[in-house]
Amino acid sequence: MAATDTMTAETPAETPATSATTPATAEQMRYIAAQAADARVNLEIETEGMTLNIGPQHPATHGTLRIIAKLDGEQVVSADPVMGYMHRGYEKLAEVRTYPQVTTLINRIDWLGSFANEVPFILAAEQLMEVEAPPRAQWIRTILFELSRIANITLFLGDMAVQVGAVTPVFFAFRDREHVLNQIEAATGGRFHPNFDRIGGLKDDLPAGWIGETRSAMRKIRRFCDEISELVEGNEIFQARTRGIGVIPAEVGLAYGLSGANIRASGVDWDLRRDSPCGLVHDQVDWKVWTHPDGDSFARFWVRLQETREATRIVDQLLDGIPGGPIMAKVPRIIKVPAGEAYVETENPLGLMGYYVISKGGLVPFRVKIRSASFSNVSITPWLLKGVYVPDIITILGSLYFILGDIDR
Amino acid sequence: MKRLSSPETTEATESAEPETESAETEAAAQADPEALALVERAQQRFGDNLAGSHADEHGVVLRVARDSWADLAQWLKDEGFGLFNFLSAIDWMISPFGRDMDSAVDTALGSSAATGTGDSDGDDDGNDDDGSDDDGDSVVEEAEGTGLAGGDSRFQLLARVNDVNSHRSVIVKTDLPEDDLRAPSWVPVFAGADWHERETWEMFGINFEGHPGLSHIYLPGDFEGNPLRKDYPLLARKVKPWPGIVDVELMPDEGDASDSDQGSDEGDGEASAADEEQS
Repeated sequence: MAATDTMTAETPAETPATSATTPATAEQMRYIAAQAADARVNLEIETEGMTLNIGPQHPATHGTLRIIAKLDGEQVVSADPVMGYMHRGYEKLAEVRTYPQVTTLINRIDWLGSFANEVPFILAAEQLMEVEAPPRAQWIRTILFELSRIANITLFLGDMAVQVGAVTPVFFAFRDREHVLNQIEAATGGRFHPNFDRIGGLKDDLPAGWIGETRSAMRKIRRFCDEISELVEGNEIFQARTRGIGVIPAEVGLAYGLSGANIRASGVDWDLRRDSPCGLVHDQVDWKVWTHPDGDSFARFWVRLQETREATRIVDQLLDGIPGGPIMAKVPRIIKVPAGEAYVETENPLGLMGYYVISKGGLVPFRVKIRSASFSNVSITPWLLKGVYVPDIITILGSLYFILGDIDR
Repeated sequence: MKRLSSPETTEATESAEPETESAETEAAAQADPEALALVERAQQRFGDNLAGSHADEHGVVLRVARDSWADLAQWLKDEGFGLFNFLSAIDWMISPFGRDMDSAVDTALGSSAATGTGDSDGDDDGNDDDGSDDDGDSVVEEAEGTGLAGGDSRFQLLARVNDVNSHRSVIVKTDLPEDDLRAPSWVPVFAGADWHERETWEMFGINFEGHPGLSHIYLPGDFEGNPLRKDYPLLARKVKPWPGIVDVELMPDEGDASDSDQGSDEGDGEASAADEEQS
């Protein structure tokens, strides 16, 4: 398994993404070359290929993603994800539903962080209607947006360890995620599908005592992060299974449209919450965007762990300063959106999520293009899985972190 | 297997390599002059092939001729838009089905708009003036019917790219003639366009020349038709009445309006009157 500097036809770097220029770090290139060398050894001894079918029902696929992996020995020659087992056709269904009804659909896209799905759509509709939510609604929106992020990513933090063989952390994740879900339920009435965001504001104000309880929930989440950090992050086996596995150079990740923690783990310092704030109040609080230069599975885990901590900080600060006032702007009871086009994207738990809404001036949108994060994030897998070992497929899929509803829409 | 030696995990804020060309300031990213300069450069680069453009505080929309679609991708990448965001299409045809099985309230309120019931005029080309009778609240000053940066064909390709260094973004479009639905593929420039083009091919029936393998991505392999085309019926609505009908309740002052009115204009007027009194 000696590393060589030469590339062969088997290298992942042969795909169009990197053919022009590959300013990946020398370390990353050496890693890719080492994998290529391994693949070449297998070719020389002429092992017989086989096809390994992973899924559609497989614990590591978080749903119904199927991966057809062609193997040569223990290594993947090509991997072909097959999706659509859960395709629900939301873009078509949205064309026959009124704007308030559409939010019911889009709650089911990323079902672990449902509230965050509603936000960009509502913001796009507000942009078309030239309505702005009152400050109090914007703050509460941002708090719920970050709570969705925590509810989503805590599960990843436990689940990632399961993918590499440690079962315990996922129980901690489910235990502590409950605190956040309780707060979401207390505020919105829905544990998983709040359907709480409205054009022009929010459905309801916060219940009494909610702020204090949320503060205590944030403390519990921070303790959970510390536990995960002790149990998993520094664990030697975990590091051996994740470091250097599934390295994504920044240029390749960008060409495939990776976003969120996946691209920040490749050293790209880009977060829409900070860089293109739109309708949310992240710019009012002090927080930090975390990046990691490695681009491997461990980096993706590490960035998400820091982001969860950062999200609790954001929530804590926002809870301090919720302004008073109404929670709904003046909007007509029957929502008719003026003709026009709007695209709004936000930094959702899984990455960049956007809605391209076209209205012709009626009760229903003319066309809704849903840009979901996982679809682009998973589209890199044919490139990324080429040349890896079979157990690393699961590590890489786990570290990319997708929700099937977010792929299939 | 060889592992990467990774640096300290305590602090890792600076991106490793793409820091070089981030000369743009964040303040300039939102400003109009920056957007206008981009449109200007596109004008110089594509000349007459830049068929339309639109710039406002929400961003830039460029529309090019189909011949320049492939060049556009490379130009965008050279301009610094390294992140491929999405690629899709728009079918500007008015749906011949409307919203199937709408309630009486829906039809009364929505009939003036393009989303109305059944489209009695049968006018199906994408750029008609179906919405002309509620022009009052139109905010689009471009060509009627085909949105920002204009356009005159039924099908339009729609894509978006971002610049992660200077935080700019741009939406691009191109018109496709209805009898010749094909466009050059973006895959050689943006590898991530692969799946998006497969989805667009499947949903709209648009061919991408140079794509490594157009095949079904969501739908079964033997599926016929292009579901996101407006003339593809939503069968669920045909076989089962829309349960949402019962959700729409009349307000006392609207009940008589929708009972009495036959013409859409009256119903519309009532609706906006009701809108204004609503808090």
